[in-house]
Amino acid sequence: MADLRIDFAGIKSPNPFWLASAPPTNMGSMIERAFDAGWGGAVWKTLGEPIVNVSSRLAGLDLGASRLIGLNNIELITDRPLEVNLKEIYECKKKYPNNAVIASLMVESKREAWHEIVKKTQDTGCDGFELNFGCPHGMSERGMGSAMGQVPEYTCMVTEWVKEVSTLPVIVKLTPNVANILPPGRAAQKGGADAVSLINTINSVMGVDIDTFIPYPNVNGMAAHGGYCGTAVKPIALNMVSELARDTEFNIPISGIGGINTWRDAVEFMLLGAGSVQVCTAVMHYGYRIVEDMIDGLNSYLDEKGFSSVNDIIGSSVARVTDWGDLDLNYVVKAHVNEEHCVRCNLCYVACEDGAHQSFEFVESNGHRYPRVIEEECVGCNLCALVCPSPGAITMERRDDGSNPQSWRERTS
Amino acid sequence: MADHITPLNITQIEANFADIAPPMTPAEALAEANRCLYCYDAPCTRACPTHIDVPSFIKKIASGNLIGSARVIFDANPIGATCARVCPVEVLCEGACVEKTLVQRPIEIGRLQRYATDKALAEEKQIFTRGEPNGKSVGIIGSGPAGLSCAFYLARLGYEVIVYERRELAGGLDTYGMAEYKMPQSVSIKEAERVAGVGVEFRLNTEVVAGSEETLGPVDRVGIELLREWHDAIFVAAGLGETNRLNIPGEDLEGVIDALAFIEQIKGRDWKSVPLGKVAAVIGAGNTAVDAATQAKRLGAERVIMVYRRTEKDAPAYDYEMELARKDGVEFLWQATPVEILGDGRVTGIRVADAAGVVSEIACDQVIKAIGQKKMASFFAETIGVAVDEKGRVEVNDQMQTSDPKVFAGGDCANGGKEAVDASQMGKLAAMGIHYSLTGEKVAFAGAVVGD
Repeated sequence: MADLRIDFAGIKSPNPFWLASAPPTNMGSMIERAFDAGWGGAVWKTLGEPIVNVSSRLAGLDLGASRLIGLNNIELITDRPLEVNLKEIYECKKKYPNNAVIASLMVESKREAWHEIVKKTQDTGCDGFELNFGCPHGMSERGMGSAMGQVPEYTCMVTEWVKEVSTLPVIVKLTPNVANILPPGRAAQKGGADAVSLINTINSVMGVDIDTFIPYPNVNGMAAHGGYCGTAVKPIALNMVSELARDTEFNIPISGIGGINTWRDAVEFMLLGAGSVQVCTAVMHYGYRIVEDMIDGLNSYLDEKGFSSVNDIIGSSVARVTDWGDLDLNYVVKAHVNEEHCVRCNLCYVACEDGAHQSFEFVESNGHRYPRVIEEECVGCNLCALVCPSPGAITMERRDDGSNPQSWRERTS
Repeated sequence: MADHITPLNITQIEANFADIAPPMTPAEALAEANRCLYCYDAPCTRACPTHIDVPSFIKKIASGNLIGSARVIFDANPIGATCARVCPVEVLCEGACVEKTLVQRPIEIGRLQRYATDKALAEEKQIFTRGEPNGKSVGIIGSGPAGLSCAFYLARLGYEVIVYERRELAGGLDTYGMAEYKMPQSVSIKEAERVAGVGVEFRLNTEVVAGSEETLGPVDRVGIELLREWHDAIFVAAGLGETNRLNIPGEDLEGVIDALAFIEQIKGRDWKSVPLGKVAAVIGAGNTAVDAATQAKRLGAERVIMVYRRTEKDAPAYDYEMELARKDGVEFLWQATPVEILGDGRVTGIRVADAAGVVSEIACDQVIKAIGQKKMASFFAETIGVAVDEKGRVEVNDQMQTSDPKVFAGGDCANGGKEAVDASQMGKLAAMGIHYSLTGEKVAFAGAVVGD
C-alpha cells in the first residue's frame, strides 16, 4: 500500500481527495459523513454574509444516454448564519482531527470585512483558508467571486489583506473565466498566497427548452448564466493547471479541480502538477461513496507503478507540456488497421474521408470488406483511432526515418 | 373440431399470445438508440433486403425525431412496421450488427424500428403523399408485401393504382399468416391503410381470373384481359398456392388441417373457436411449422409433436425459431416420414416410418400440415400467360418484368417463398421497372441499391 498522505502547503490530509467548496460541503453533518466515507479533506461551502437563493438552481448536460456530463449551477455561497457554520467547523474538526477542513471565504471587497471573517474563522481549528475569487454567477454581480479573480491587482490586494491576519495557509481559488491564467496565478502568489486552487466554474448557459423557449435552469420563466463544471470541463482545467505548473515564475502548490470523477482523473491532475484534488460534480451525481474507488484505485496504481508515495507522481508530466513551436516536426506516425480487431463499422473511413485527409480505402480480405489506410495520404492525425470503437483495431505506428528531432522554432531560426 | 379441449382460460391464452418482443418504453428506446455506433456504409443496412438506412433511423430516435425516423424506414420499406415484428432480424440486420462483434449484443434494431413506426402509425398524418397524377394506371394483383410495396411507390410517382385482392382484408400473409404473438392483424391492416392513404385504390373480394369477363358476387371475378385493357402495366404479386398435400391415406379425416388455415383462424383472436387437439402432430420443420406448433401449444394443446422426415440439422426453420419451439415445450420426432393418418372419421393417430423403414404409431387427435405451399405455375402460365421456371416460379428479370413486357411480378410467386421483407423489396424494384418501362425515366427509391 502506497502512502497517500499529503502535506499541501502545510495542510495535512490522509489522502489527496478533497471535497470542493460546493453543495456537498454545505454543513457539518454532511462533511462528517464524507469523512466517514473516506474523503481526506473538505473545503467548506463558502462562508460570508448569508445569501438568499433562487429555485431552481441547476441544469445538466447529457450526451446520448449519459446523464450529466456537465452541470451548471446558479446557487450562491452559504445561506446559513456564519456562527452556525463556525460552530460546526469547530465540532467537525474536533471529531475528525486528521482530516483537512478548509474554510472557503467570500466577503465584500473591504479590508476590514476580510480581516473580520478571517479572524473569526481561524479560531475554529480549521486547517486553512480558500479565498473564493472564482464564482462566476450571482456574487460576481456584487463585486465578489470572479469579479476579484478576473483582475490580478484585486486578487493580489485581497490576498494581502487576508495574509495580514491569517495564521493559517491561504489558498486562492482562481476563476477560469480569464484569457490567460498566468496573471491571476502570479498575482495570488505575489499577494502571499500559500497555494492556488483551480478551476472554479466556467460561465455557461446550459441550454434552452425548445418547447417553452425558456433557457435552463428556469426561474419563473427566466434564466441567468451559471457556473459550468463536471466531466466536460476537465480538459480546460488540466490546461490551466499545467500552464501554472510549468510557469517558471510560479512556484506555489496547486490544488486541481474540474471534472474529476475517478482516480484516473486525479492521477492526471497530479501528473500535471496538482498536489491535491477537489471533487464536486461527481459527488453531486453519485454521492460521497465514490471516494472509495478513488483511494483504492490510486493505491493500486501507485503499487503497480512502484511508487511508495502519492507525492512521487506530483508534477511528473509537467516537463512533457511544451509550446507547439518546440514539438518535433520529424516525428511521424501513421494509422494502421488491425483486421483481427476491426468490426467493420467504417467510422474510421467516413471520419477520415470527411473530417481529415482521405487516407482510407476499402479492401476485400478474408471474405470481408475492411477499411485500410493509404499510408502515403495519412498524416498521422489520430482521428480514425479516436473514433474507432474496437480496442486495438487501429494503432498509430511510428514511420519516421529516425532522423534527429527538429522543431519549428529550430527550423525557422 | 367441435369440441375444444384447451384446459386454459382466456386470460392464460391472452398471456401466451402477448407480444413476444414487447414495445420499448421511451427510456429504453433512447438508451438503445444511443448504443448504436452509427456505422458508415453499415452492415445492417447491407443485410436488410430493403436496405433501410438503419443508422439514420436509429440516430433520429436518439435525437427525438420519431416521425423522421419512421420516414426513413417507410421510405425504404412500406411495410416497415410489419417487418419490425416478423423479420428474422437474427439472420439479417441484427445478425450483421457490429455491436454483435464488439460486445456480443447487437442493437435491437427490430424493436427500435417498431418503436418509430408505432409512433408514426398512431398519428393521423400521412408521411408520404401521392405524386402529381401522370395519367398512367397500374393494376396490381395481390395485396401482400410485394403488392403493397409496389403500389406505394407507384402512387408516389403519380400513377393511378388499383390493387385487386381476393380476400376481404388487405395485407396477404402479413394479415393472415403471421404468428399472433409476433404481430396482430391490426398492424398489417393499418399499414395497408397507409398505402391506401397515398392514393391507392383497393378492390377487395376480387379475384383475377382468365378471360375478359367481369362477374360480380360475394367475390367479384375479373378477367385478366380487362386488366390489360384498363391498365398500362400489371404487377402480379399473387403469392403461393395452397398447402402441399402429403398424399397419404387419411389426409381428409376430420382433425387434419393445414398450417396456414390453422394460423389464420388464430388471427381473429377468438381463441375458443380455433380447432385444437389435445395432442397435435405438426408435419414439417419449417418456420411455418414452428409458428403452428408454438401456437397450438400456447392455445393449450397438451402435447405438440413436430414430425419431420429428415434430421434435426436439416430442419429448414431458423435456429432461433427452433429454440422458441423448444422453449414452448414442443416435442420433436426426427427422421419420421408420415405414411398414414389413422382414424375413423376423425384423427386418432399417425403412422410414421423411420430412416430404416420401421413403422410406428403416434396417438394424436390433430394433424397440422406444414410442408410448404404449391407454386402457382398454372395461374401464371395459363391465366396470366407468362413464362414460369422449372420450379414453378414466374420468371422475372432484374426489373421484375416477366416474359410479357406489360406484366411484372414479385414476391413469393417469383422468389419461391421468402420473407415479407424480400417481397417488399421486389415490389419496390418492380415499381422502378414499371416506371422505366412506361416513361423511360430511371428512378431509384431509398434502398433500391446499397453501397458503392
